Amino acid sequence: MDLRYTDAVPTDAEREAVDALLGPPPSGWEGAAERTDKDLRWARGGAAAAKDRRDQLLPALHAVNDRVGWISEGALNHICRRLTVAPAEAYGVATFYSLLSVRPRPAKVLHVCTDLACAARGSAAVCADLTERLGAPGTPAEGAVWQESPCLGLCERAPAALLLQAGTDPADTAPLPPPAPAAGPVRCSAVVAPATAPGLVTAVRAPLEAPVEPPAAAAVPQAGDPALVLLRRIGTVDPASLDDYRSTGGYTALRHAFKLGPAGVIREVLDAGLVGRGGAAFPTGRKWQATAQQADGPHYLVCNADESEPGTFKDRVLMEGDPYALVEAMTIAGYAVGARQGYIYLRGEYPRAYERLDHALRGARTRGLLGPDVLGQGYAFDIEIRRGAGAYICGEETAIFNSIEGQRGEPRSKPPFPVEKGLFGKPTAVNNVETLVNVLPILERGAVAYAATGTETSTGTKLFCVSGQVDRPGVYELPFGASLRELLDLAGPPERLRAVLLGGAAGGFVRPDELDVPLTFEGTRAAGTTLGSGVVLVLDDSVELPRILLRIAEFFRDESCGQCVPCRVGTVRQEEALHRIVDRTGAAAAQDIALMREVGQAMRDASICGLGQTAWNAVESAIDRLGVYR
Amino acid sequence: MTAVPLQPPRRLVTFTLDGEETRVPEGSTILDACRSAGRDVPTLCQGDTLTPKNACRVCVVEVEGARTLAPACSRRAEPGMTVRTDTERARHSRKVVLELLASSTDLSTTPRAAEWIEEYEAEPDRFGTDAARVDEQPKVDNDLYVRDYDKCILCYKCVDACGEQWQNTFAIAVSGRGFDARISTEHDAALPDSACVFCGNCIEVCPTGALSFSSEFGMRAAGTWDETAQTRTTTVCAYCGVGCNVTLHVQDNEIVKVTSPHDNPVTHGNLCIKGRFGFQHVQNRD
Ligand code: SF4
Ligand code: SF4
Ligand code: SF4
Ligand code: FES
Repeated sequence: MDLRYTDAVPTDAEREAVDALLGPPPSGWEGAAERTDKDLRWARGGAAAAKDRRDQLLPALHAVNDRVGWISEGALNHICRRLTVAPAEAYGVATFYSLLSVRPRPAKVLHVCTDLACAARGSAAVCADLTERLGAPGTPAEGAVWQESPCLGLCERAPAALLLQAGTDPADTAPLPPPAPAAGPVRCSAVVAPATAPGLVTAVRAPLEAPVEPPAAAAVPQAGDPALVLLRRIGTVDPASLDDYRSTGGYTALRHAFKLGPAGVIREVLDAGLVGRGGAAFPTGRKWQATAQQADGPHYLVCNADESEPGTFKDRVLMEGDPYALVEAMTIAGYAVGARQGYIYLRGEYPRAYERLDHALRGARTRGLLGPDVLGQGYAFDIEIRRGAGAYICGEETAIFNSIEGQRGEPRSKPPFPVEKGLFGKPTAVNNVETLVNVLPILERGAVAYAATGTETSTGTKLFCVSGQVDRPGVYELPFGASLRELLDLAGPPERLRAVLLGGAAGGFVRPDELDVPLTFEGTRAAGTTLGSGVVLVLDDSVELPRILLRIAEFFRDESCGQCVPCRVGTVRQEEALHRIVDRTGAAAAQDIALMREVGQAMRDASICGLGQTAWNAVESAIDRLGVYR
Repeated sequence: MTAVPLQPPRRLVTFTLDGEETRVPEGSTILDACRSAGRDVPTLCQGDTLTPKNACRVCVVEVEGARTLAPACSRRAEPGMTVRTDTERARHSRKVVLELLASSTDLSTTPRAAEWIEEYEAEPDRFGTDAARVDEQPKVDNDLYVRDYDKCILCYKCVDACGEQWQNTFAIAVSGRGFDARISTEHDAALPDSACVFCGNCIEVCPTGALSFSSEFGMRAAGTWDETAQTRTTTVCAYCGVGCNVTLHVQDNEIVKVTSPHDNPVTHGNLCIKGRFGFQHVQNRD
């Protein structure tokens, strides 16, 4: 590798932030301030060693971004030296993620969601008001800068905003030897939802004093209902207490798993008929079996917690309200597929979920529930959290691998499939949070009891994220087979319902006269729509549908990784066409609609990954089923 | 005598290609099979010396039973597979992809682009005059080659050639994302300030002319570039003992650029800065 750095040097704070993550540099080759005689005679590492550490690239970029607010040339040089990564590649990675900046910006960045649920609940007005108070998005004022953001996963409290302040991590500051850490802002985050412009200005001025977030249970209108399965602990136990978790049945599933053995666990999951809840509905047991059977090793388990589908927030609520459940479920899954290391790939925009999970992992480790000898059963397993940095595409299973490995989060083409060649090129099982958590009731009650709920092909219960114009937005849990109408009745539907977006931005619209569609994978498919990740976005007739469609198109254009032509350019052409017809109907829109259909077909057929393949779904369904431009 | 390394014998895979039973060595791509059967499938990001990124999607074909189309350049032929290369669906995608590319970038120096646009009846103009374009100015920051990313289709070939597939220099990478993704050095630095070693292997693989010799770029600008008037002579580079093959492109008795035969088992078309760019002394006649 021809490593060549510019003359830019890191500031002390940048150096400290990186070295706090990676440890002090062992030699001048890796960026120690002084070069010793020994360094000049002996070079360690090289390409092979560098490959081993490349996966620390994203954490290192985060470290600088978290401390300073952006990544300077000097900081990038230092990171590249420490990890033996070519600067051009690291730059390519840094510019891929929207939470990272390679240009100077204030330490405080306010992300104001303008995505579907927030748009339906007045984010445009908040933004307009904010522009008056703080200036246009992107222009620094009062030591902060605000920007519009894709869905923050706080849709039940729309319109939502998230303030991130860079600075020293309060957890890091204490043990640092003198000289004392540079006085400066303390790193923090504040969620403001529902957001008002005055509230946001107050939060910007004093982020540490922003009102505390309501507990996760506030997002669960059914909290306390004894019929709940996946949500049953939320609001009734302290998410920070392992004892609470155990006293409500926690870790009985893992004990049972050890009795069954890995093959037995997989058999139970197969018999239970569990299918993935991320949208693809692939049988989980088959995925595990295929991974477990691979001769190549080591095997990995990845939990996809990069919940970025606009309108989805159920995984956030699970992780914030019942973090130990995910830890236990992952331990079982890891055991079943023969993995010793699991990763939680967590959205960068979920600071509270990060804290809660981090706390839960520490707790489990101290009590021997993770580590070299889980529960004294001779099984070694541990979990690491990797934070994403603002890229919807990183919820695609193969993009997660690239992101963890320190590459740009671009999806890989399949085949080969993850069960064969996944993370670090090794057999990997990827499951999302909701799927994994389902493993607990399967093992606690047995496959037969589990499969008794729901329908024949959609077994168990399903979480739905209800947002938009309803009285009680939030996460709902219903047995598969309940109708959309039943779900809406729980949430309090609007008087004049215009449409329901089912399955999120990649899903489809449902008309008010179609509310009897059963909420199952097969039922929604038969009705020409999809359950997707469980998004139920309710729109009344006060919402201008063409604007919502425009927002969907804009979302996909922004989030396309740019790798393949149909998606990279196609999403742009679709958005342009929607702009042209935004106020038109009938013949005036016909030509552009025909154009979008043609482009949409090619995107669906020829894109590399699901993003491009589904980007046109919702708009198409709005045209065909709702007759928006008629 | 050149020693030709013998490959271990490979098993054959039998599959159906456009209705005909076809046998190809295990590991062959659908494109390999098409080419040996004399069938023309358009490709842009595929390169004979590189593992393709399958990013351009002009080579898509229909595989029976698959939900989406498959890139012929990367999908391996599997026993029993049924592949159709010229269905309406595949043709439609190719047409739209060509339209999307031609409406956003300058394909004027992309070999065969015009021919395919005609063949697939693509109409890049139908996206209107306001259709967003890449809109980049040529980057002229050194004497040896020019980067004109307005012509770049983001095929990743230059990145792969500069990086892990050949040169191991890693001077350029893709930065940004989506429509704003570009090939760039770190912080967009000028090439001489980057890790670039000017081997020019990126120019060798660029399928669009986005990367070109300064000589070619200048002559095109002046309107004097004329490939029909050029001769090509392959000879041996005399700079060092490696002895790479170089092909001299000569117009009006001047060397205008240097390439290298891709089928050479030692260099696979790659050269170093001397072999690629060190030709001025030959024509220094004073
Ligand atoms: S479909 Fe879009 S997101 Fe997926 S690989 Fe292609 S460009 Fe990237
Ligand atoms: S510059 Fe050429 S080789 Fe590089 S990505 Fe663009 S088109 Fe491909
Ligand atoms: S191209 Fe470079 S490596 Fe090859 S023979 Fe010439 S000088 Fe030597
Ligand atoms: S948080 Fe705004 S749409 Fe989800």
